[in-house]
Amino acid sequence: MVDSQEFEYDVLVIGAGGAGLRAAIEASAEGCSVGIICKCLLGKAHTVMAEGGIAAALGNVDDRDNWKVHFSDTMRGGQYVNNWRMAEIHAKEAPERVRELEAWGAVFDRTKDGRILQRNFGGHKYPRLVHVGDRTGLEMLRTLQDYGIHQGIEVHMERTVVRLLKDGDGSRVCGVIVYDREKGRFQVFRAKAVILATGGIGQAYQITSNSWDCTGDGHSLAYEAGAELIDMEFIQFHPTGMVWPPSVRGILVTEGVRGEGGILLNSEGRRFMFDEIPDNYKHQTADNPEEGWRYTQGDKEARRPPELLTRDHTARCIVREIKEGRGSPHGGVFLDIAWIKEKISHSEEHIKRKLPSMYHQFKQLAGIDITREPMEVGPTTHYIMGGIHVDADTQMSTVPGLFACGECAAGINGANRLGGNSLSDLLVLGKRAGEYAADFARENNLGSIGGEQVEEAVEMALEPFGRDNDPQNGAENPYSIQNDLQKLMQHNVGIVRKEEEIQCALEKLDLLKERASRVHVPGNREFNPGWHTALDLNHLLTISEAIAHSALERKESRGAHFREDFPEKNPDFGQCNYVTIKGPEGNMLVRSEPIPEMPEELKAVIKEME
Amino acid sequence: MSGKAAFKILRGTSQGVEFEQYETPISEGMVVLDAVRQIQADQIPDLACRWNCKAGKCGSCSAEINGIPRLMCMTRLADLPLEKPVSVEPMKAFPLIKDLTTDVSWNFHVKKKIKPFKPRPPDASDGTWRIWQEDIDRVQEFRKCIECFLCQDVCHVLREHRLQSEFIGPRFLVHVAGLEMHPLDIEDRLEELKTAYGVGYCNITKCCTKVCPEEITITDNAIIPLKERVVDRFYDPLANLLRKFKK
Ligand SMILES: Cc1cc2nc3c(=O)[nH]c(=O)nc-3n(C[C@H](O)[C@H](O)[C@H](O)COP(=O)(O)OP(=O)(O)OC[C@H]3O[C@@H](n4cnc5c(N)ncnc54)[C@H](O)[C@@H]3O)c2cc1C
Ligand code: SF4
Ligand code: SF4
Ligand code: FES
Repeated sequence: MVDSQEFEYDVLVIGAGGAGLRAAIEASAEGCSVGIICKCLLGKAHTVMAEGGIAAALGNVDDRDNWKVHFSDTMRGGQYVNNWRMAEIHAKEAPERVRELEAWGAVFDRTKDGRILQRNFGGHKYPRLVHVGDRTGLEMLRTLQDYGIHQGIEVHMERTVVRLLKDGDGSRVCGVIVYDREKGRFQVFRAKAVILATGGIGQAYQITSNSWDCTGDGHSLAYEAGAELIDMEFIQFHPTGMVWPPSVRGILVTEGVRGEGGILLNSEGRRFMFDEIPDNYKHQTADNPEEGWRYTQGDKEARRPPELLTRDHTARCIVREIKEGRGSPHGGVFLDIAWIKEKISHSEEHIKRKLPSMYHQFKQLAGIDITREPMEVGPTTHYIMGGIHVDADTQMSTVPGLFACGECAAGINGANRLGGNSLSDLLVLGKRAGEYAADFARENNLGSIGGEQVEEAVEMALEPFGRDNDPQNGAENPYSIQNDLQKLMQHNVGIVRKEEEIQCALEKLDLLKERASRVHVPGNREFNPGWHTALDLNHLLTISEAIAHSALERKESRGAHFREDFPEKNPDFGQCNYVTIKGPEGNMLVRSEPIPEMPEELKAVIKEME
Repeated sequence: MSGKAAFKILRGTSQGVEFEQYETPISEGMVVLDAVRQIQADQIPDLACRWNCKAGKCGSCSAEINGIPRLMCMTRLADLPLEKPVSVEPMKAFPLIKDLTTDVSWNFHVKKKIKPFKPRPPDASDGTWRIWQEDIDRVQEFRKCIECFLCQDVCHVLREHRLQSEFIGPRFLVHVAGLEMHPLDIEDRLEELKTAYGVGYCNITKCCTKVCPEEITITDNAIIPLKERVVDRFYDPLANLLRKFKK
């Protein structure tokens, strides 16, 4: 049943997004043999979609910027439940990682004096996002890919990991088992260290900006292997996704639109973001449209417009407008960039140059010319702050030999991520994961795969083919369960949450799990998306349960987690993170864990930046 | 827009293929990929196709729709005649895997063979470089490429003449142009362009430019300048004259 060919590497990376590629490059530079596995083709990972930019305090546009400001912005945005050490490392090392990309061939937009240009983004005090128009993710991924393929890394595309394999005594991870999409063959990969870089979970929700591969595999694989997950209640809903036509609902409209001067309006034409500005941002936010405009045009004396407040806040203001009947015809609000024609000549050209993909996207998919008319936008599931619990310096999970980086790892973002901080996180912490996994590989041998893990995994993966195929006898279609799951999460554990709804979600998740155990797929193992969906479904169900459990525990509202029944922030909850782990009976356990005290130097930095 | 539409999807493997027809409900704004996925969910769960971003950004969902190479996720049903079934087929220039998926691995091998980026040493005082926007506008156009391989699919040198072993195809000529015109790059790829990359096989039909979803002016901006560089180096008139003399 299993291909006799086995692969062996010092370091094995799962996922070829920005994080996985950066980790692989580093491990290879450390002299390790490196393999990388991804379930899509190389260069297609979700990272390719990132638009706005990479956050790094280069200070090219505003020389007042430095790591301290970036660090405090990140902590403030995350409402101080972030892992402060990760936020510190990230802010300090991001500039170097960006310059390195340039040395590997990336071609970022330039300042007038020939340096890397940076743009404004929500929650960042100064223009900080390194970018290429609105296709930064493509530039970053392609650079890493084109550099990476010449570093001796072996890439195994269209292979999906179905289980992490553990050592004889179960103490550490020492390999994985995959199936290949083309033929459906199972293969075993053995490695001294394994790095998970599998990205996000957006496909658990009905309205999402995330791509097909974001099914929470890494989160769930790590959980099954006994690793801790943390902060699973924090899901970022991006305030601006497309809402019309229905088939494109959820596709992202970059925050860059607002960075370039775009404004949010309700059906009455009111710029509603001025109506509610949170206290901790009041002193940094413009109190009139004129000042806001000047900020977007680089006036250093001006404060940012309220459209550039953090995503959690902006998304909730939009939901409020819609709920109170001031939404746009298709259930969103208006985002207008065309208005800047009042301010600058050649605004059409300007918009097309600054936001080419957005222009394209609306023109092609919605028949709207954004240089002339406003867009309709509404919140969309975008990013998970929670994920695999890792050590801040080494990125090792709570299971030895298993590392994680990128969106599937957690800590740096706390309760809400700032735009641009993900791409920089992929680079900074991806590099570290590669470096420390290489260290681990040097100190450990290949290990032997214990027990019947391989046979069990294959048997489980093949179950959907063997089951009864008659709907009369309860046979289920994987796509319809996935659909029902997405609706459930959207409605019950979405932007606005409350106890009864989350409880109800947990009950329904049990029913969905039961249905999933009756999934049947027709056809054979060769490139069979029905089968792939059936297997992804298990991951989606696991992480959905983790999200719901953690959301239930955090009885307060903080960052992206908003509880209608506890609408205020509660300082007690500000002292802890929620950790999810698989209990001895196979049941999911959630417990709170105190956040370690921040060292005095960092406290001083935050105070200084206030 | 509502009601139903019919789709003729080419199904099968290298062992044999056949068009099969399916009907599915349609709604406003739908793209071909929506219809294909709907058919997959409701009628044939094992219909093989690739997609990832559903936003025209990853280049996974390439197919031939009514005979024209396009991205399924960016082709609106409203722009197609729906009186007759919409035909959806895999790309023809690559070996078929199953249904709408083809084996595009050749492209990845080609890329690996191309001499990588090699920058000149940093020359600004801060240890980096100064690069001017006007010097990179062209390179940035090339770097918009999402590697959908639709241009490779349509190019007759690859599609009809099957010269995969001698010609890298428009996608990779764009890639080479992006490297050659990169203001920091100091590598020399002209010899390879002439030989291993086979730039001479392109006879400027511009079919590739027509299908590029990123609207990269492949032929005029990338291929022709590369051809000119090769000509300047290897077929310069003075050199030609000298060669004649020797005869
Ligand atoms: C539309 C959009 C715009 C964004 N814009 C920005 C931005 O401007 N700035 C910013 O900082 N962030 C942005 N983000 C967020 C950011 O893009 C992501 O958080 C980030 O790219 C995630 O990268 P990653 O490397 O962790 O994972 P991904 O890029 O998601 O890669 C995951 C990889 O893992 C593989 N994989 C998954 N499961 C398996 C499995 N079981 N077996 C084998 N392989 C597997 C996948 O095939 C893929 O290769 C944006 C997100 C979206 C959706
Ligand atoms: S212009 Fe050249 S590369 Fe493009 S399709 Fe024609 S022959 Fe092929
Ligand atoms: S050049 Fe255009 S058509 Fe060719 S692969 Fe790139 S994006 Fe696709
Ligand atoms: S799915 Fe990404 S381009 Fe169509």
